[in-house]
Amino acid sequence: MAVDFNAEVDYVARLARLFLEPDEKKRMAGQLSDILKTARRIQELDTTGVEPTSHVTEVPAVLREDQVKPSLPLNRIMQNVPRRDKGYLKVPRIADSQQDQD
Amino acid sequence: MHLYEQTAFELSRMLNSREVSSVEVVRSFLERIDEVDPHLKAFINYTPNQALETAGEVDSKRIGGEKLPALAGVPIAVKDNISTMGLQTTCASRILENYVPPFDATVISAIKKAKMPILGKTNLDEFAMGSSTENSAFFPTHNPWNLERVPGGSSGGSVVAVAAGMAPLALGSDTGGSIRQPAAMCGMTGLRPTYGRVSRYGLIAFASSLDQIGPVSLTALDGALLMNLIAGYDPLDSTSLSDAVPDYSARLEPDLNNLRIGVIRYDQGDGFDPEVTAAVYKAASLLEEYGARVGELTLPLTDYGLSAYYLIAPSEASSNLGRYDGVRYGFSVDADSIEAMFSRTRGEGFGPEVKRRIMIGTYALSAGYYDAYYLKAMKVRTMIRSDYEEAFKKYDLLLGAASPTPAFRLGEKIEDPLQMYLSDVCNITDALAGVPSLAVPAGLHSSGLPVGLQLTARPLKEKLLFKTARFFEEHRKQVPLRPELNFLEGRGR
Amino acid sequence: MKYEVVIGLEIHVELLTASKLFCGCSTAFGREPNSHCCPVCLGLPGSLPVFNRRAIELSVTAALALKSEVQLRSRFDRKNYFYPDLPKAYQVSQFDQPLARGGYLAMEYEGKKKLINLERVHLEEEAGKLIHAGDSIIGAGHSLVDYNRAGIPLLEIVTAPELHSGEEARLFLEDLRTVLLYAGVSDCKMEEGSLRCDANISLRPAGSSELGTKAEVKNMNSFRSVELALDYEIKRQQQVLSAGGVVNQETCHWDEEKKQTFSMRSKEGSSDYRYFPEPDLLPLVLEKSFVAELARTLPEMPAKRRERFQEQYNLEKKEAFMFTGNREMGDLFEAVAKIYRDYRNLANWIQGDLLYQLRESGKKIKEVEPALLANLLRLLDEGRINRPVAKELLAEMVQTGTDPVDLVKERGLEQISSRESLLPLLEQVIAENPEAVENYRQGKKKALAFLVGKVMAATKGRADPAELNRLFEEKIQG
Ligand SMILES: [Mg+2]
Ligand SMILES: [Zn+2]
Repeated sequence: MAVDFNAEVDYVARLARLFLEPDEKKRMAGQLSDILKTARRIQELDTTGVEPTSHVTEVPAVLREDQVKPSLPLNRIMQNVPRRDKGYLKVPRIADSQQDQD
Repeated sequence: MHLYEQTAFELSRMLNSREVSSVEVVRSFLERIDEVDPHLKAFINYTPNQALETAGEVDSKRIGGEKLPALAGVPIAVKDNISTMGLQTTCASRILENYVPPFDATVISAIKKAKMPILGKTNLDEFAMGSSTENSAFFPTHNPWNLERVPGGSSGGSVVAVAAGMAPLALGSDTGGSIRQPAAMCGMTGLRPTYGRVSRYGLIAFASSLDQIGPVSLTALDGALLMNLIAGYDPLDSTSLSDAVPDYSARLEPDLNNLRIGVIRYDQGDGFDPEVTAAVYKAASLLEEYGARVGELTLPLTDYGLSAYYLIAPSEASSNLGRYDGVRYGFSVDADSIEAMFSRTRGEGFGPEVKRRIMIGTYALSAGYYDAYYLKAMKVRTMIRSDYEEAFKKYDLLLGAASPTPAFRLGEKIEDPLQMYLSDVCNITDALAGVPSLAVPAGLHSSGLPVGLQLTARPLKEKLLFKTARFFEEHRKQVPLRPELNFLEGRGR
Repeated sequence: MKYEVVIGLEIHVELLTASKLFCGCSTAFGREPNSHCCPVCLGLPGSLPVFNRRAIELSVTAALALKSEVQLRSRFDRKNYFYPDLPKAYQVSQFDQPLARGGYLAMEYEGKKKLINLERVHLEEEAGKLIHAGDSIIGAGHSLVDYNRAGIPLLEIVTAPELHSGEEARLFLEDLRTVLLYAGVSDCKMEEGSLRCDANISLRPAGSSELGTKAEVKNMNSFRSVELALDYEIKRQQQVLSAGGVVNQETCHWDEEKKQTFSMRSKEGSSDYRYFPEPDLLPLVLEKSFVAELARTLPEMPAKRRERFQEQYNLEKKEAFMFTGNREMGDLFEAVAKIYRDYRNLANWIQGDLLYQLRESGKKIKEVEPALLANLLRLLDEGRINRPVAKELLAEMVQTGTDPVDLVKERGLEQISSRESLLPLLEQVIAENPEAVENYRQGKKKALAFLVGKVMAATKGRADPAELNRLFEEKIQG
């Protein structure tokens, strides 16, 4: 697998919703190519039949009871909100967004 | 001896016997902070009023004869990626510069319950991503042993606060070495607990399957006292462990008889300083002399571990950091479309290292690359875990270096991310395996900088780590190991 | 060319828990915006999720009701995408290890029984709600966000592509809703969004086994709009294909006003969700006994109940459909049937007068006390009240929940049917209305009704009308 990050930077930056200046992109492409080249070394290992580890804790999930607890008061929620409109959070127009919801 | 030079244990003893008041103790540390922090830059925010208030409360309770927890009145510094209610928690990032959490992390609740005054929030690499504390969006932290050197990272602020007498104890977080590597570089004791031993609730996530909060202290006993407070099951953290918590500080006298120690042999190509290697072997002989059975082993996947880590951690980070989108909290750029707002907010709010990791992680998880990168890395993680299982069949404790070199120069590696990543090579496999690991000072390098050992044990065997660290303390002339702050002399002291 | 239509549905239902999936915030609908939010469901930095046991129980119950195979070990994953209603920029969902696999729903379409297979049933978290300033998502200058809904447990049910028309899809959805209501897992209100349906739809040349390019249809907010939207989309694709064009893989929104679908955006490049195992949640491991217990308490499902109603109570097929199409109505029928044996009469009263009174009063079926309804029918059967009084009492019983037996006693509403009591009244009416009497003698039936009415009025409706008819006949004709 070739690790030429130049081709991927735009796509990945878009997926990550990360605006990068042109020179930033260029620098990033070089650094990421190097990092991925090193990371790619794990390909050398034979992992046939090896289960992936997503959690080191080997106990099943705990379940809590279905009990309603007090929510945060609105002023505590809103104290950090950059743009609001009464009890709502306000965001710019959504039409151009290309993601699906749900 | 100044109060700020005492260990937490000693302070607690003095407070209990009413030799000093907590307000006096806190004042001593606050004055020390005023004196040295302008040079060291360990703190992002100070909370003197809050600290004095807690101290006053403790004092009046003590006068009233109330029974108080062991560390009541002993102050503490907190890494600024641990949520504190009503107090800015920035992660050393522009994107959270003005963020005020409406809740306390579980460890903070524990500290407040124990009546420990909080002195302030300490500096870190932005979102704990880094190994030098230079990636802070605000300023780098300096190593008190030599101001030209980094303190290590990412818990550089917490470690420097303790090393320079600005706090007797501190909380750090360790994702891939962020407590142990800076502890080694500043001559401190720092524990990465077993994954799940300390609640992560309120710790601002970098890589959720790796992050752990742990104590930074001058001595093993101090670290154990703090662990007594913060360890345990938390119903708010599904990944926390329900196993019973021992009294970490009780009966810490080491017993080395029949303790089986495996010395980790590193590939010298990994840029290991020969004096660091020598310190490890010296420590091994000392252990052997006192009754331990010492053997050697290699962890053959160490290099692959580093590669796997630099895929797993950024992948989780790319997802954990998606929430910083300018809608609910934090820095936000006004734009005329939602996508522009998201991208600009994130593009301007995050620093270069965070962006790099988001890019790597997004890439590693994206369609077509997942199997080759993320999934493969998770399989390598399994292999690393079985390496440890094998190692622990033969040994009770693994001994190695906590950092391949003493502290490097500020700016030395900042332009070369790969070199920076390599500085965590000793710490990463432990983190991937989820086992507890402790950095303990091993004396000074010829450069005058501290060198650190690293002890690693089976899951939940933190107490064995503290006991063994205690052993090294008993055989070191100067405990604790502290820097003389030469830079203060110029001001006529 | 003749085309075959292939439709698969993706259904989301909100589960009926008191608190959210991962936090203690209330799930109550329609409260002040952002009043049911906490660090966890707002995705504040450092917050962590903890499973709600009830949500797991309801998910398993739903899977069992749909004959889907519950997996004793399943896993949760993060589905990463940016949208302002998604507080963490990922949705906790299930990707390759869902809670349940397979399953089916039996339905009748065009007189034939058929099974629609399910691919999977899985649990995930609900997103917040967006309100667009302006008339639509396109025209809005800005949007407002309410996170009250964020984090409510959401069950996703995915069907195999086995439906073939808008009508069939709608009927399937209605049947699915009934099953879920029976299982008690959701209130399934499309208008409140607690039941939602997206459809994948494609056309292929008749006889071909390969699937054509599909379009995804969203924003169908009622059962009717599901049918309309799919039929519209079928026609649209037919036209495209007939003209030699190709269907784009895209997402279409159904516009309820204009009654047409319109393309939102190209699907290409937008579905890279970067799923990976959720590190904050350990795998979900269910005990066999836990699943068995839920299976044991699972109520009888509508299809089975329908058949039983026909056999056990001798109901018409249509009636059985009606009584089982709504779990509460079936429950009421059965509760009364236990203490009142004239099933035929009971069925008539429920589908006639009772339903009418419920509609009039706005009361719910659940509020009807079965014993009181049985009492009412018995009063009538025993001839202690007449039909018009029974109807009045029914109205009052539904409205206030009062026992008809008490009302009869209290107000002396018992029917007057003895000859001795009725004769004097009868004679007086005959004396006062000679014209009507004469008309009746000449064979005008209407005149008899008039005379009976006069006696009824005098007794405030309590006289036995059958007895009155008999007596008038005897007195005048005889
Ligand atoms: Mg879904
Ligand atoms: Zn909540």
